[in-house]
Amino acid sequence: MIKFEQVSKVYSGSHQALQKVDFHLQQGEMAFLTGHSGAGKSTLLKLISLLERPSDGKIYLNGNDISQVSRRHVPYLRRHIGIIFQDHRLLMDKTVFENVALPLVIEGYGRSEIERRVMAALDKVGLSDKAFCVPVHLSGGEQQRVGIARAVVNKPPLLLADEPTGNLDPKLSTEILKLFEAFNSVGVSVLIATHDLGLIAKMRYRTLTLRNGKMSSDGLLGGSYA
Amino acid sequence: MLNILGSSPRIAKVPWYKRFLMYWVNHFQQAVGSLGELWRTPMASLMTMAVLGISLALPASFHLLLKNAERVTASWDNAAEVSLFLQPGLSEKTTQNFIQRISLYSEVEAVTYISKEQAIVEFREMSGFGNALDFLDENPLPAVVQVTPKPQHASPAGAKLLLAKLQQEKEVEQGKLDIEWLERLHGMISLVVDSVVAIAFLLLASVLLIVGNTIRLNILNRRSEIEVMKLVGATDAFIHRPFLYTGLWYGLIGGMIAWVLTSSLVLWMESAVIRVAGLYQSDFRLLGLSLAEFVFMLGLASLLGLVSSYITVKRHIHLIEP
Repeated sequence: MIKFEQVSKVYSGSHQALQKVDFHLQQGEMAFLTGHSGAGKSTLLKLISLLERPSDGKIYLNGNDISQVSRRHVPYLRRHIGIIFQDHRLLMDKTVFENVALPLVIEGYGRSEIERRVMAALDKVGLSDKAFCVPVHLSGGEQQRVGIARAVVNKPPLLLADEPTGNLDPKLSTEILKLFEAFNSVGVSVLIATHDLGLIAKMRYRTLTLRNGKMSSDGLLGGSYA
Repeated sequence: MLNILGSSPRIAKVPWYKRFLMYWVNHFQQAVGSLGELWRTPMASLMTMAVLGISLALPASFHLLLKNAERVTASWDNAAEVSLFLQPGLSEKTTQNFIQRISLYSEVEAVTYISKEQAIVEFREMSGFGNALDFLDENPLPAVVQVTPKPQHASPAGAKLLLAKLQQEKEVEQGKLDIEWLERLHGMISLVVDSVVAIAFLLLASVLLIVGNTIRLNILNRRSEIEVMKLVGATDAFIHRPFLYTGLWYGLIGGMIAWVLTSSLVLWMESAVIRVAGLYQSDFRLLGLSLAEFVFMLGLASLLGLVSSYITVKRHIHLIEP
C-alpha cells in the first residue's frame, strides 16, 4: 500500500527531517509509527498525503509513484486517504453531520446517499445520537471520533493518523485504537503515528521507529518482526 | 492517476450523471449558502454593498446628466442658420429668382427674405440708434436671405459645407454662419464626456479593489475551513465557488443600490427641472435610466464583482496550504 524508497526530506533552513527512509506497508496491514518528538513522524505522514514533497527518493502508493502527481491532481489522491489529526481539525461552526459529510459533498454524492453514509460512519464510532450537535459541545474523545468518522466516511483504502490519542486518557485511547482495529479488520491499511509506547506495547502490531529522521527499527517493539 | 486506490472493490465511484447533477446542485447550494453567509453579518455586508452602490451610482448619474444635456443641446444644433448678404443693386426679380433657386437645394429646409427696408425697420427698433439713421442719405443695410438647413445638414460641419456652396452663387456678396458658439459648446461637451469617462473608470477600479479586499478578508477568516477542505480532497474550483458567488452577490446588490440611488436623484431633481423648464416655456422632462441601461448596470456590477473576486480567490486560495 505504501512504499518508501530512500526518502529524504530537507526543510528550508537545511533542517534534515528524514534521511533515506525505507519501508513497505502491505495492503490491509496496520502499523504504528513512533519516535521522539521531532523525529520526523509528522513529516512522514505529510509526505504520504502530499502535504509535503520529498527532497529525494521515491514514494509509491499502491504501486504508483506519487512524486509524479501534479498539483491539480492532489485533491483526487487525498480522497483515497483518510487522515486523522491530533487536533482533529473539525469545522467548529458546522454540525457533526456536516463535518462528516464534507468529503462526500466534495466527491459529489447525492443527498440520500450522503445521509446514509454519514449515519453509518457515525454509528460505527458510536455518535449517531450526536449528529446535529456542534463539535464544541462534545468532549475531546467525541471530537476525535467525529474526526475518525470524517476520515472513513468515504471508505478510503488507507487511514493515516497523527497522534490520534494525544489528548486522551488511556481508557479513551484504547477505545480509539479499537476503532482502528475494526477498520483494519475489513481490509483498510492503517498507519498510526504516536509516542504512546504503553499503548503500542498493549496492541502488539508492527512498529516503525524513527530516530533523528532515520528508520532505526522496524518490527514488534521488544521483539522481532517477521 | 485516479487509480491510486488500485482495484479496491469497496470504493463505489459516483456515476458521472449523478456527479454532473450534484455539480449543479452544489452550485446552487453554494450560491444560496454564500448569500446566507452575507445575511449573517448584515451590517458589514450592507456597508460594503453601499460603498459599491455609491461608486456605481456616480458614473450612472454622470451618464444621465450627459444624456439629458445632449437632449437639450440637440435642439440647439438645429438652430444653425446661414445668413446671406446679397449684392447691392439687385432687381426685385433677380432676388426672387435667387430665392426660388436656393429653396430647391436638397440641404435647405426654409428660406426667409429680409429686404433692405425690412432690415432698417428692424434695426431701428432693436438697436436704439434710430435717430442716428435719419442722418444717413441712403439705407446702408444689405438685403438678407436667411437659410435654415435641413436637420441632417444642421451640424457645424454640414452647415459649413452649405455655406460654402451658397457663397458660390453670384447674387451673394457675403455669407455668414454663426457657429462658433456651437463649436465651443461641442468642444465643452466632449471635454466633459472625456473627464466623466475617466472618473467612471477610476470608480469602477475602486469597485474592483473594494470587492477584492473584502473577499480577501473573507478568505483569511475562513483559512482553517479552507485547509480542512483541502485536506479531505476538495479541488481548488470547489473551494473558489462560494467566494465567487459572494463577489457576484456584492456586485449584483451593489448595482441595485446604485439604481435606487440614481433613480432617487432623478426624482429629487425632477421638480426643480420642471420649474426651470417652465420658466423657459419648455416642456423638458428629465430622463431616468432606461430598462436596457438598468440591465447593463446590473450586468456590469455583477461582472465586476465576479472578476475581482476571481482574481483575489485565485491568488489567495493558492497560498493556503494545510
